[in-house]
Amino acid sequence: MKFQQCQLSNGLTLIAETNPSVHSVAAGFFVRTGSRDETAEVSGVSHFLEHMAFKGDDRLSADDINRIFDEIGAKYNASTSEEVTMYYAAVLPEYLERALELLSALMQPSLRQEDFDMEKNVILEEISMYEDQPSFTCYDHIMATHFAGHPLGQSILGSNESITALSSQQMRDYHRQQYHTGNIILAVAGNCDFDTLVTLAEKYCSRIPHGTAHRSLPEFHSRPAVNLITREGSLQQNLMQMGEAPKGNDPLRFAAELLSVVVGDDSGSRLFWELVDPGHAESCDLGFSEYDGAGAWMSFLCCSPEDVAANLERCQKVFDDVSTNGITADELEQARNKVASRIVLRGERPMGRLSLLGGNWLYRQEYRTVADDLKVIRGVTLEDIQELLKRFPIRMTTTAGVGPLSSLDLPTEETTPEH
Amino acid sequence: MLKPSFTVQAHGGSVPDLPPNEFLSRPFCPVVDFLELFMTQRIESFRLPNGLLVVFEPMADVQSAALSLLVPAGGVRDAAGRCGTAAILAEMFTRGADGLSSRELCAELDNLGLQRGFSVGSAHITFSAATTADRLQDALPLINRMLTKPHLADEDFEPARDLISQSLMSLEDEPRQRLSKVLRQHSYPAPWGNSAEGELEDLENITPDHIRQHFQSFVTPSEAILGIAGNLDFATLKADVEAIFSDWKGQQVPQVTAGSCPLSPFHLPHDSAQTHLGLAWDTVTYSDERYYEAWAAVSLLSGGMSSRLFTEVREKRGLCYAISASLSTLKDQARVMAYAGTTTERAQETLEVTVAEVLRLHEGITDDELQRCKARAKSSLIMQQESTSSRASSLARDIYLLGRVVTLDEIHHRIDSLTVPQVQQFIQEYAPKSMVLVTIGPQPLNADCVGQLI
Repeated sequence: MKFQQCQLSNGLTLIAETNPSVHSVAAGFFVRTGSRDETAEVSGVSHFLEHMAFKGDDRLSADDINRIFDEIGAKYNASTSEEVTMYYAAVLPEYLERALELLSALMQPSLRQEDFDMEKNVILEEISMYEDQPSFTCYDHIMATHFAGHPLGQSILGSNESITALSSQQMRDYHRQQYHTGNIILAVAGNCDFDTLVTLAEKYCSRIPHGTAHRSLPEFHSRPAVNLITREGSLQQNLMQMGEAPKGNDPLRFAAELLSVVVGDDSGSRLFWELVDPGHAESCDLGFSEYDGAGAWMSFLCCSPEDVAANLERCQKVFDDVSTNGITADELEQARNKVASRIVLRGERPMGRLSLLGGNWLYRQEYRTVADDLKVIRGVTLEDIQELLKRFPIRMTTTAGVGPLSSLDLPTEETTPEH
Repeated sequence: MLKPSFTVQAHGGSVPDLPPNEFLSRPFCPVVDFLELFMTQRIESFRLPNGLLVVFEPMADVQSAALSLLVPAGGVRDAAGRCGTAAILAEMFTRGADGLSSRELCAELDNLGLQRGFSVGSAHITFSAATTADRLQDALPLINRMLTKPHLADEDFEPARDLISQSLMSLEDEPRQRLSKVLRQHSYPAPWGNSAEGELEDLENITPDHIRQHFQSFVTPSEAILGIAGNLDFATLKADVEAIFSDWKGQQVPQVTAGSCPLSPFHLPHDSAQTHLGLAWDTVTYSDERYYEAWAAVSLLSGGMSSRLFTEVREKRGLCYAISASLSTLKDQARVMAYAGTTTERAQETLEVTVAEVLRLHEGITDDELQRCKARAKSSLIMQQESTSSRASSLARDIYLLGRVVTLDEIHHRIDSLTVPQVQQFIQEYAPKSMVLVTIGPQPLNADCVGQLI
């Protein structure tokens, strides 16, 4: 595996990890834009725009894009989060040029009015579809509650109202403002030759305009809040909690990743043994979410409504115990082994490498090999975990829920001694 | 388990992976560069005296290894009125085995980096696992102890049953998932259509003794299949598997007798934002001579974003976000199953357009669209060679459904030789005479369009 990078003549950054021993190649545009970069009037525009990208540019129609991607047998799609919009395709090496041609067309869509009007229906359907998934509704809701007043609290999908009111002109303005070389990188992983890649990228990406990145990163401090969506007909209660954790560029993020595995992996973790294994909850886990300039512990609990109070108490006890007493050397070793194996398996496929490659560059302008990641995971010590817990104890400030309950009695927190 | 998703995809649920969802990825490759990849493919297999059939594919370009172990103890073995027995058993395997407590077992497997899980299907309980190649063989003795000597203790029963009960309640809250369960029930005769996840009202009829009986009768090597793929040496692996799994004993499992299917159209009222609709009709099984023609027919409908359903229902009319059709196959019967989710006021139109598109296939297909199906098949097949997990599960499923592994070369040949007239003829001969229709949502739909189709 070999890493190479260059700046194209229009200023676009191209990064690539080439590997002749795999059978495919994956390419993706990572755009530093998402719901956090929207104003309230255009809520949901990043995601809607991601759909519109597939409607074609001045040379290719929507039918052409779909047809040609299928003709070359591409596995392709796009996704939008709070911070990143990603467009990708995995193909056999002989089709890399065609894939790059199509992907670059997605960066400069025509945004035709009739396509916009039609796709609006699809977006509204998608909003309804997620409404029928309690766990997603819960996620959307906790983000809005925890990050209230902060850009990260803005909904990815937007609302029926914001999407209905959105105009194609607003989308064009947003596109012009966000889709330029200051916000976009092209990442490629897999079986390809770098020199050829540079030539192709020059050929197809030259229309991406030059620009400079700007994203506001306001400081964030959460205030305690509880917010429930009551659905009387539901059988199960979904609950999520969030608290402050290291930011996306904090070196403690690796320790945070491992700690979340010890405390809240979906099997063999503290929460698993306390809540899931005994059958108290269908699922209960803890994750660490890193963002640009922010970070969060995020727990998820799904159980019968009558068990909620006792289960929240159990979670609180686990969080307090870990925050006060730390974890054991055995637990840390077990987590290192789990995470190391995941890194290796994920790294075997070009698609798996692509998202890490692009993500590391977009967030931190760094390249990390699988070996680098393994080394840093192996190097996390109990002292690092203590340092992490001292600065970021697992202390949940926000709770959101979807299910039959209309109120909650939150357990009171054990007072953590001053460190 | 339900995990919140953190990103929202442009084409999310609407793009089924290659062939039938029962086995992601087969088909072929006409390009000379890859002939070498196919020609060098080696498949090794052997059977232990106890009946366990082992099939292995060495993969030199990867660091990992994966396995898929199928035991004939799936949901079809649940006694009437005790649907969920297999699901509870699968949940109990991890709760201690052969003197190891559940925590000890878990710690040992985690320290080997073993990513793993049990799943319950209609025919089998499947244990899947993957880790780096050097550690998979170290995990085999533990896997054997967990599978063949689980404690199945009384005190572990209630928690396991509670978990299954909770996951069934969550499923009731998720109309799309619930739809696939109900569609299956209306598409296959019982017990093949039964829900392998269990039925809430049956759970209280199940006792720890039922779990132990299920284990003794059906977790047996006589019809079990172990698929392994990865960077391993065959001779060492064979010696290890023989030494470790030879002690596993068990009787033959009896044949399953099939009953009947509930009638359709069927509507389940639900206070949901969308109406979720499912359609099913008969097709041929994986072992049928004409399977690849059937695969092509479904692929034309829903094989990519230029396929007919995606283009007509979503792109041209904006009726839904998610629409798909896929081939589901058991050993001796198979169905095409289609799904769409759409707001209630547009549900009737979505149903009618979807059915019309299926029927419009009979009017003719083009060579271009068939070529696109072939191209997608080719790249899926090749990309599968980058994943030990997908190879291991394909090996095991091939053995179950066909009694042999289909080589990449053979699949290549079968798909490459498909012609428009041949696929067209299949579509005519297997035109659905009627369709199963199941809906979940605020209101039932008018089902006239799925009755008497020809």
